[in-house]
Amino acid sequence: MGLHSSHLSKIDNLTEIMEETGFSKSHIGRLYHRFQGLDESNSGSLSRADFQRIGGLAVNPLGERIINAFFPDRRDTVDFRSFIRILACFRPVRMVKSPDPLSPEPINSRDNKLRFAFQLYDQDRDGKISRDELYQVLFMMMEAEVTEDQLDNIIDRTIQEADQDGDGTISFEDFKKSLEKVNLEHKMSIRFLQ
Amino acid sequence: MSRRCSLCLGIFLLQLLSGTSLLAETVLGPLGNATGRWVPAASGQPLTRALQPAWEPGLNGSGAAGDTALKIFSIEYHHVQVPFEITLWIMLASLAKIGFHLYIKLPSIVPESCLLIIVGLIMGGIIYGVNETSPPIMSTDVFFLYLLPPIVLDAGYFMPSRPFFDNIGTILWYAVVGTLWNVFGIGLSLYGICQIESFGLKDISLLYNLLFGSLIAAVDPVAVLSVFEEIHVNEQLHILVFGESLLNDAITVVLYKLFKTFCTMPSVGLSDVFIGFIKFFLVGLGGLLVGFIYGIIAALTTRFTENIRVIEPLFVFLYSYLSYLTAEMFHFSGIVAIIACSMSMKRYVEANISQKSHTTIKYFMKMWSSVSETLIFIFLGVSTIGDKHEWSWPYVCFTMLFCLVWRAGGVIFLTFIVNKFRVNVVTKKNQFIIAYGGLRGAICFSLVFLLPNFPQKKMFTTATIVVIFFTVFVQGMTIKPLVELLEVKRTSLAPPTVSEQIHIRFLDHLLAGIEDICGHWGQYYWKDRFENFNNKYLNKLFIREQHLSKSSIVMLYQKLEKKHAIELAETGQLAGTASTASLQNEKAAEVLKRPVSPEQLDNIQELLLRNLYRIRQRMPSYNRHTLPQGKSTNQAKEIFLRRQESLLKDDVSLNSVKRRSVCLADESQKKGKLARSLTVGGYRGDENHPEMECPKFPKSISVTPQQPSTAEWINEEEPENLQTPDENGIKLKWRDENETVAESRRSGLKLKLQFASPDAIDNGSPRDGTDNGGRIPHLAPLSRQFSEQVHDRGTAQSE
Repeated sequence: MGLHSSHLSKIDNLTEIMEETGFSKSHIGRLYHRFQGLDESNSGSLSRADFQRIGGLAVNPLGERIINAFFPDRRDTVDFRSFIRILACFRPVRMVKSPDPLSPEPINSRDNKLRFAFQLYDQDRDGKISRDELYQVLFMMMEAEVTEDQLDNIIDRTIQEADQDGDGTISFEDFKKSLEKVNLEHKMSIRFLQ
Repeated sequence: MSRRCSLCLGIFLLQLLSGTSLLAETVLGPLGNATGRWVPAASGQPLTRALQPAWEPGLNGSGAAGDTALKIFSIEYHHVQVPFEITLWIMLASLAKIGFHLYIKLPSIVPESCLLIIVGLIMGGIIYGVNETSPPIMSTDVFFLYLLPPIVLDAGYFMPSRPFFDNIGTILWYAVVGTLWNVFGIGLSLYGICQIESFGLKDISLLYNLLFGSLIAAVDPVAVLSVFEEIHVNEQLHILVFGESLLNDAITVVLYKLFKTFCTMPSVGLSDVFIGFIKFFLVGLGGLLVGFIYGIIAALTTRFTENIRVIEPLFVFLYSYLSYLTAEMFHFSGIVAIIACSMSMKRYVEANISQKSHTTIKYFMKMWSSVSETLIFIFLGVSTIGDKHEWSWPYVCFTMLFCLVWRAGGVIFLTFIVNKFRVNVVTKKNQFIIAYGGLRGAICFSLVFLLPNFPQKKMFTTATIVVIFFTVFVQGMTIKPLVELLEVKRTSLAPPTVSEQIHIRFLDHLLAGIEDICGHWGQYYWKDRFENFNNKYLNKLFIREQHLSKSSIVMLYQKLEKKHAIELAETGQLAGTASTASLQNEKAAEVLKRPVSPEQLDNIQELLLRNLYRIRQRMPSYNRHTLPQGKSTNQAKEIFLRRQESLLKDDVSLNSVKRRSVCLADESQKKGKLARSLTVGGYRGDENHPEMECPKFPKSISVTPQQPSTAEWINEEEPENLQTPDENGIKLKWRDENETVAESRRSGLKLKLQFASPDAIDNGSPRDGTDNGGRIPHLAPLSRQFSEQVHDRGTAQSE
């Protein structure tokens, strides 16, 4: 659409972004438009408040965590480059018959998607999901009437199923293994961007 | 169990009673006319004519002799006949519905439409048996003018606009091209069949076949609605079938009228076809235009209704009905007009009218559409019995066959093309459901009765009825098991493990959040443009100007606040005692390696199934029997409140030494919904100003008043001059006695609502300035039903 051309000219490093993320020009243009729409103060970067204004996130049980994922390292703002880099993780995967082993792993590979999800669990970034972190996430996702005992049961079962090395926490490998049957490419891809 | 049995018995007895009274009318009616014949007033009572075409006007002169004597006890039935009968039919319909729902399992096996048709068949059979004449047939006037509009209005008003406009291209594609494909396909193939000598149908011309094709091809919204409700497909699929069934009315109207005219014309020339082609656009766009105009007028009208709230609901219904009638008058598509009207007026009307009017409108709509639908199906059953049938094996069978074949072929072909343009492809399973869910219903039935009298009319009638019955009964009953069968085949044989379930749900929520961030509108650009235009001009025009009005705000506020405060207070008191795992990072991981027994595993699975929050988008938003709020709203509210609590707890523990003080309410103009927000939050107090001993306030509270006003949170120790007489104290206290907040015992909140003029806000702002860099956390309001945009601008400051 012609409307995007005016936006595209404002984006710096367009080709770099395209290479890094794998998005097409029109997608980048659309996401830039969205970025600008969220950025009410027109400052060129988004703050937490801008994210919190999104309606759907407020009633999403994981809303806060998702927002935090955009602000790593205690930063307060996110510019367009970082914004689109994170979103690139959710680009739908196009199946390649024989992936070139030498090229760098694309940003939306299955591994990277899993890593992103893992980081949402693992708040203290120690590479493992502790029982505590699991409890927190589960607590957010279950309705309020579930008691602590029931939650404990569920957590025990989860750790028991996943934990391979027996240390009581779920490492990234365990996490990957427990999700090997899930069609991740479908579940973690934004459906309208291809 | 026995209680239920007696209830059922009671209901059936009542039904029998109403049934027999209906019978009694047929017998009593002619006898009860003391004065001889009754004259159905020509335009005032189309119903009498409609309902009793076969009944002779009463016996002339019977009982004329007894006219002048004074009677102690007399019955004058014909005086109340028409309203009496109408009421009895409606009563029968509603009692039947109660009867079905008493057996909880029954509606899930047999869709309601089938049951109602069966009841109608029984009634028709009884009337026919007693009276030896055809029972009352639903006249097309009654159907099109009285029974259909409420259903379409209900559909249009509650239409979820986001999925509708997301998929509008596909819907139009299916509706327009699909219907054309079906009409010509069925018509032409039936003509081909008629050419075969052995069937003896050679006398049906091509035009008649096309005419028949045009009325049988259209998918019926009433039938689709009633069946699809039971099967709970996902939103996208539902909107595709449903939208198609609504919008294909425009095509059906044109084709039907066109072919009907062609049948009467001696010859059809090319110019006539061309005119027909132009009529397509005229009918569709004309209906749209009429609908919009009435919608706009309705929006304008409701702007001025603040002093007479009681008649507000009436306007919604009146304007919608007027748009339907106007469109029908011009031979435009009435259905498209009603849909356009209700969708365009909805957002402005909802902003203008009171909460009670809002509820009234919703309930009345549901009630009327429910009654209409029930009556339609019952009449369908009743009208089947009679002598207007002519059975022709080949024609009927081939009609049914072609309907199925062409529908399936059409869906496959069209989907193949449209999938190239859609990013969200229509899967094979969805295609099957779309094809199989193409039910025909009462619209075909009425159209076939509208046909002019020609020799094959009876055969057409029979064929139509057979097709309708087949689709409603066979397809309606089997679609649910088939859908379930299809789903089962896709999933893996092993049940998902607990961790899989949790992680999958986690990923679903994550994806929903990311999609929200991306803004997953297909035509996001146009939506944005429209919203901007809307805010700048349309809102000012249609929505009433805001002014101070205290009582409704306070009431709304009180309701929300008490609940929230009580919850917070309770959680706050628990926070000190219970060990919440959310904050302790150093807590050692306790590993309990006890094996989980199978029963426990089952319990866990069941627990997860029941209690995990559902993904916001995928919940079906359409429900026939109740208002579309329910669980999704409650879930949203619950998630929202819990997040507030957790934010608060985080704040409490992390900002142990910072005092908080009062902040001001914020007057904010939101896009679209002109709702005000009353916010309270904490911002950093300066420790060097101990005189500003500020109680702790909850992070944010939201309210959605209709008329915004400004409000101010007042510190308890505020000087008296800021308190005005119309303060409304919600007596909940919130005090922070200890500086080390970990031990805080909160006993409640104290908020004083004061409605101040805007300049009080300015006066208040210097207070802001004295504190270091406080940002006012600001919670935008939840919309009236908590279902639309929820804004939450929390504090930007991170500790």
